[in-house]
Amino acid sequence: MSEAAPIEACFALRYPGFELQVDLRLPAAGVSALFGPSGSGKTTCLRCFAGLEDGCEGRIAVGGQVWQDSAGGRFVPSHRRPYGFVFQDARLFPHLTVRGNLRYAMRRASGPEAVGFDEVVRLLGIADLLERRTDRLSGGERQRCAIARALLTRPRLLLLDEPLAALDEARKAELLPYLEQLRDALSIPMIYVSHSMREVARLADHLVLLDRGRVQAAGAVTEVTARADLAFSQDDEAGVVLLAQCAAHDAEFALTQVRFEGGTLWLPRVACGIGQALRVRVAASDVSLMLEPPRATSILNVMAATVVARHDDERGRSLIQLDLGGTRLLARVTRRSATLLGLQPGEAVHAQIKGAAVLR
Amino acid sequence: MDADDLTALRLTIELAFVTTALLLLIGTPIAWWLARTRSRWQPVLAAVVAMPLVLPPTVLGFYLLLLLGPNGAIGRATAALGLGTLAFSFGGLVLASIIYSLPFVVQPLQAAFASVGEATLEAAASLRAGPWDRIATVAIPLAAPGFLAAAVLGFAHVVGEFGIVLMIGGDIPGATRVLSVAIYDRVEAMDYAGAGRLAAGLLVFSFAVVLAMHWLGPVGTALPGRAARR
Repeated sequence: MSEAAPIEACFALRYPGFELQVDLRLPAAGVSALFGPSGSGKTTCLRCFAGLEDGCEGRIAVGGQVWQDSAGGRFVPSHRRPYGFVFQDARLFPHLTVRGNLRYAMRRASGPEAVGFDEVVRLLGIADLLERRTDRLSGGERQRCAIARALLTRPRLLLLDEPLAALDEARKAELLPYLEQLRDALSIPMIYVSHSMREVARLADHLVLLDRGRVQAAGAVTEVTARADLAFSQDDEAGVVLLAQCAAHDAEFALTQVRFEGGTLWLPRVACGIGQALRVRVAASDVSLMLEPPRATSILNVMAATVVARHDDERGRSLIQLDLGGTRLLARVTRRSATLLGLQPGEAVHAQIKGAAVLR
Repeated sequence: MDADDLTALRLTIELAFVTTALLLLIGTPIAWWLARTRSRWQPVLAAVVAMPLVLPPTVLGFYLLLLLGPNGAIGRATAALGLGTLAFSFGGLVLASIIYSLPFVVQPLQAAFASVGEATLEAAASLRAGPWDRIATVAIPLAAPGFLAAAVLGFAHVVGEFGIVLMIGGDIPGATRVLSVAIYDRVEAMDYAGAGRLAAGLLVFSFAVVLAMHWLGPVGTALPGRAARR
């Protein structure tokens, strides 16, 4: 397997009233999220990778293999492309048991085995479901079986189309840890379609923002979530994802310190081992700015930062992008404050972080 | 039941079995195509298949007779092959029955294939199943109730044929005299008791079939049965 070759896809598709045109370059490992509102073309993109859209024209190469090259007259049919697909609605075969469904995939799998049957069953916790009929499964169980089935095709790319969208909040919370485990345990690159920033923040390493069939932004999840100039950063829930490490515990005050590139944060106690990787999300609305370092404050986390960019919206608010020794952060302030403080690129400020959420 | 009745019964069952088996073979690809194609010719073929539902059997029988007869296209071909002509033979009866009962097999199959849905077949493709593999391992198993409905309906409809049998097959004991024709003969001969025995048998048989269709559920009830004419 050529680990280094990235996923390259440049394709276009036209429907009446909809046009998709994307040029993607995704890392060969980890989770790439396609994020955008409904109707932005996320699912269609995924279907183009899978060869399920006849009208899709362009070039798709995964792991050094060309799956499609319309200019060269090459279109590998869907069933010969080594991908695994997890559909929003699971699509288990109703005439087979769970084991029958898994066996269906295994019988037809070819290529090097990345992960075996026992391992898949263990990772997804479906050992007790194997003999069940598929109509006797809950939504979350069904989705876990569908993910297992997709993995058993020995895919070189796993495509997940909003696998949590059809589930209620409790089931979502139940399934997310399984997906995290897959990301961390397997070396198969995944493309994860979602319109939930919460899922993206938890799972994605790489983020592609789609809107009306076009790519608005793409890059590492820490970079893209820290941009101030995008439509989605104007959202009330805008916030930055930080990749951090569990650094220290303070037993007396029940606090945990996490370290990220360029700084540290004290958080209410987190159950983590020292050195353990953590994802932390800092909402823009939880960051406030001042020009002088505060002498006494109830806020635990105050850090020196530099203003990188400022974006004013029509609702009297400003979104300020900050640099903290290499890490980008967003702060939402009123436009009045931003103007009074003279927040312009290059300005040195102090950022007070009122809260941060550990994602898991 | 006398010997004539038994001969007619055996012939009827034989005709129904042979015809149903062939109809399932021929009807499956037609139904698959009708259920899945986006061709603009789809309604045309669908109409051709459905024609026997509304066409008087005598009209169909008349044209078949011309085609199968010594001067017809098929008749000349079969004669050239040394098979003689198919008119007034068991073979001709099978051919006529296939055409006449086609919608009763194709339509339930088509409904069953349509209900399998593109989504499930895409899932199969994502598991590396090629087109034939998808049909054999997903579409056909999921359409199984449709096959059962098609077989039962096709069989029953062949048993119930009368007009076309008379036109194409005539009334030759042991070769073309099926039960429905035998009843007609008895009535012509004023043998009401004999006709009654056979008629009662077919009545019970037909009732059992309609009831079975009901038990087969939605696939069984969404059928062309009500539009049928004999």
